[in-house]
Amino acid sequence: MVKIKINNKEVNVKTNTTILDAAKENGIDVPTLCYYPDLHINSDCRICSVEVEGSKNLLTACSTPVKEGMVIRTNSSKVLNARKTITELILANHDTNCTACVKNMKCELQSLANQLGIDENRFPSVLKQQDVDDQNPSIYRNPNRCIKCGRCVDVCKDVEGTHVLETMFRGHDVQVTPKYGKFLSDEDCTFCGQCSSVCPVAAITEKDDSIRVLDALNNPDIHVIVQVAPSIRVSIGEEFGELSGGEWTGKLVTALRSLGFDKVFDTDFTADLTIIEEGHELLHRVQTGGKLPMMTSCCPGWINYAEQKYPEMLEHLSTCKSPQQMFGSLAKTYYAQSEKLDPKNVYVVSIMPCTAKKYEAAREEMQVHENIPDVDAVLTTRELGKMIRQMGINFKELPNDEFDNPFGITTGAAAIFGATGGVMEAALRTVSEVVNKEPLESLDFKDVRGMQGIKEAEVELGGAKVRVAVAHTLKHAKQLTDQIKEGTSPYAFIEVMTCPGGCIGGGGQPYGTTNEKRQERINATYQLDSEMPLRKSHENPYITEIYEKFLKEPLGELSHTYLHTHYKPRGKLK
Amino acid sequence: MQLREILGKYPKTEDYLIEILLDYQKTKIHHYLSEEELKEIAEHLNISESKVSSVMTFYTLFSMKPKGQYVIQICHDVPCYVNDQNSILKTLTNLLNIQVGETTEDKMFTLEYTSCLGACDKAPAMRIGEKTFTALTPNKVKAILAEYRGKKHA
Amino acid sequence: MLEKKMLTKRFGIVNPLSIKDYIDNGGYISLRKALTMEKITIIDEIENSKLRGRGGAGFPVHIKMLSLAKEVSDVKYLVNNADEGEPGNFKDRALLENDPHLTIEGMIISAYASGATKGYIYIRGEYNRAISIMKWAVDQARDMGYLGENILDSGFDFDIEVRTGAGAYVVGEEFALLESIEGKAGRTRVKPPFPTERGLFGKPTLINNVETFCNLPFIIEMSGKSFAKIGTPSSTGTKLISLSGNINNPGVYEVPFGVTLRDVIDTLGGGVPESRKLKMVQLGGACGPIIPEFMLDLKIDYDRFEDFESKTGAGAIIVMDDRHNLFEVLLRIVEFFGHESCGKCTPCREGHIQLEYLVKKFLYNESTPKDLFSLESLARVMHQTSLCGLGQSSPISLISTLGYFRDEYHNRIEFAGKE
Repeated sequence: MVKIKINNKEVNVKTNTTILDAAKENGIDVPTLCYYPDLHINSDCRICSVEVEGSKNLLTACSTPVKEGMVIRTNSSKVLNARKTITELILANHDTNCTACVKNMKCELQSLANQLGIDENRFPSVLKQQDVDDQNPSIYRNPNRCIKCGRCVDVCKDVEGTHVLETMFRGHDVQVTPKYGKFLSDEDCTFCGQCSSVCPVAAITEKDDSIRVLDALNNPDIHVIVQVAPSIRVSIGEEFGELSGGEWTGKLVTALRSLGFDKVFDTDFTADLTIIEEGHELLHRVQTGGKLPMMTSCCPGWINYAEQKYPEMLEHLSTCKSPQQMFGSLAKTYYAQSEKLDPKNVYVVSIMPCTAKKYEAAREEMQVHENIPDVDAVLTTRELGKMIRQMGINFKELPNDEFDNPFGITTGAAAIFGATGGVMEAALRTVSEVVNKEPLESLDFKDVRGMQGIKEAEVELGGAKVRVAVAHTLKHAKQLTDQIKEGTSPYAFIEVMTCPGGCIGGGGQPYGTTNEKRQERINATYQLDSEMPLRKSHENPYITEIYEKFLKEPLGELSHTYLHTHYKPRGKLK
Repeated sequence: MQLREILGKYPKTEDYLIEILLDYQKTKIHHYLSEEELKEIAEHLNISESKVSSVMTFYTLFSMKPKGQYVIQICHDVPCYVNDQNSILKTLTNLLNIQVGETTEDKMFTLEYTSCLGACDKAPAMRIGEKTFTALTPNKVKAILAEYRGKKHA
Repeated sequence: MLEKKMLTKRFGIVNPLSIKDYIDNGGYISLRKALTMEKITIIDEIENSKLRGRGGAGFPVHIKMLSLAKEVSDVKYLVNNADEGEPGNFKDRALLENDPHLTIEGMIISAYASGATKGYIYIRGEYNRAISIMKWAVDQARDMGYLGENILDSGFDFDIEVRTGAGAYVVGEEFALLESIEGKAGRTRVKPPFPTERGLFGKPTLINNVETFCNLPFIIEMSGKSFAKIGTPSSTGTKLISLSGNINNPGVYEVPFGVTLRDVIDTLGGGVPESRKLKMVQLGGACGPIIPEFMLDLKIDYDRFEDFESKTGAGAIIVMDDRHNLFEVLLRIVEFFGHESCGKCTPCREGHIQLEYLVKKFLYNESTPKDLFSLESLARVMHQTSLCGLGQSSPISLISTLGYFRDEYHNRIEFAGKE
């Protein structure tokens, strides 16, 4: 512990704490802009500058550790003037058309300006208009709003290891862009959207599809159905200022009905279906000497990455479509047939924690009927929150409701799909019972849970010990994939999720996603699982029914037509 | 010299990126590197193209656009300025018929500013390629340009 | 005698391409002596000499050496900062081009005393001649056993590599320089940790300027105490001055600390040509203050200079006569820094373009009292909040003129809009 004096108050704080944390612990708010928990401290924006006795210059609270006897002032007029001046400088090089911005009232720069009481800018605008990068289905990048805080570069380079975004040029010409100022669509971008999740302004956001969805909802000739991904229910409350937790599921269903969706379905159902298909695929590969390890294919960011970076290893990917796309193809076949609807008039919307899902839905191979996408529009959690607010729905006051059938009955195995390790655990619950032909003693595979980058487990299948691994973030996925490439992978089955923590930490989740938030969402996920009456995918009665009525058998002909896909090298040829 | 030969001269670690880029660009008549060449260098060093791009766009001695065969860099800083750098600049723009940042039509000369050449005791100064010219006067500049023009015809 | 030729004593006497010349003129004798000394004794001698860094900040040299010596690491680096990009400075170029082995010898002594295992000399890309001379000199030193394994049979291993810059002033800042050696864009890092803790490639690193290293052989030769007798009590030894601008005899002069600016400008430099009047002098380079004639009795001394945030270390004196418009000069300076800013931190990245705009208003007689207020406030905020030395020192020239030449600002405001 060290003793410091902060704004004339003597306090004891832990050694090596930063001034920022020390202030926070003592109820003093030091504003920040480039700072983001879990990311590098770049100390670039200089907004958190404070006065420290004995130092000629101001010091940044985020990067300066406290020292015994330090005397700190966080709100002297010198400090406030500096913060104000810096903020004015940023605003002078920023598209300040705030009311016409998707982040209006959610923008960290805007609230900073507000907090500092900026009512006019002494500095004239020096903004040089640049082209907007919108040539892809997932991410919208508007460099005119970029404030060069470097958060997106940190997630892209260091968290994901993809390194598409980087700081280019220098001085006043600095830009944060893909190489040489190109567009994301020219690059090996996986569209994971982690950049959009940490951007303090609206320089990087998801491509807005809410207008398209509203148009469909207002068209009386179209039957609009919606599916909701497993991880939305634990995070949607945050869009309305609440904590993470599964208790918002019922209100979420009601909200979607209020928006005018004809049916409200649950992607958890096709998550269960994925487990059946993927589990059988794994067994098939093991039994017939197929390509191992098999790697999961639910995550579209990971699929993009594999197609870009590992074109020679695509056979390791499970051929199963993701739950979103399984839902889409069943909606336009099985569901349309049973409801006697023309698939052309069925409009499928998904609510996803993910920006890469927008790209996935737009893939040509995701069409069971020619020129009709299986999934018509994908909305992120954030876009859904915005729509609910736009439509004047008071989310928190809504009554609870339940998902519609046939895609409404789900299991705990599907509920955990959104957490890193969840797909693996769900698969193990089913595969073990199918192979070992006896019920599992415990359904909890705790080795594959948690925020560790790479997790491993060993399971007994039919008397043999099988090793499996789980990776989240592409940086860790790369390690496991390189191992396969070198021929040293000891695993039979590998789960990969692109986003830290899995889909619960997806690029389309509510703003403010930190590792702490991720852990809360993960906890909520496992809580939901533990409360479910059914916790194994193969026990879902509607899954049994859909095989009886439609698909016939796992890995059967219809499964192959509707539920499986193929991959091809993507990106430029070397 | 071929790129491969230059790459072979250096250890295969990323800290040699700047040395490799400088060395290779020196072999180019028009003093620039193409995206394809940069990609090859990135792959050789096993680094991302984004990283190469950030380096290329940061340092002023690198270019991705072709320049004239002779790049004339005139010092822009105070010691040269107070020694009548303006008249040197005027002489150059008149004789070359281009502005700073431009290349002559015959692709022979590009005119640029440079930061201090460390020749302030013999200001004003300029550099053509790797050769520094000091204590410039308009007449001296005329003579230097004539000499370089002669090189072309020789 | 105003001049005291120590570091420059071999200029013009030795052939810079000949290590033999250097050795015949007393070179590498200090290294031989140092290799017989206890490492800590060498650092003690440097402490006794009170040598301070010549690159700008004037930090006591022995403290950095001691920090490096104390670090436990298999690899420790020594970096010679020869990225002399500060406009108006050319003394490092002179040292490298005229007597290349002196700074090398200083590096080897420094490495031996502080336990560095590898050294880099980082020379700016614009200094082609210095680069080839230094590469040649390093190879010669290696051939003669002064570098490499088991130097002069002492059991000490140390080698030096010459690295080149590619056009970026900011790389003179120590962390930016390390980034550049690592092959990256030269953007500085957050301090702490300091380079002696985590520097080049994450290893403990000691960075000194060319001239600083050049002093070490003399301290070993004459003892720290004798060295400390040169100069003033707070600033010992000699200083290389780069004298330029409107001056009769521009050039590099080596003087003991304590001589006045007037001594250098009038006596050594022969004053302003064509009997014009001296209007202002910029000290240190583009990042230093601009002072009026009446301040020229100031002594060249770290402590005296620090009183007004100047950098003695660099040692540039740029003389400007009465033909020059203050705002034209300021515009050059502000444009220079705007171009050279790495763009990492906000005040420096966004500030210079606004300073430029404001200075132009004064230059073109369009200024208002509000502009003066904005200019002053912005310059101070940039100075107080920028991440590295570039942004912190770039407004110093402007801030100094707001004090010493304030009348000119007021005159401009008064005449704004009038022809």
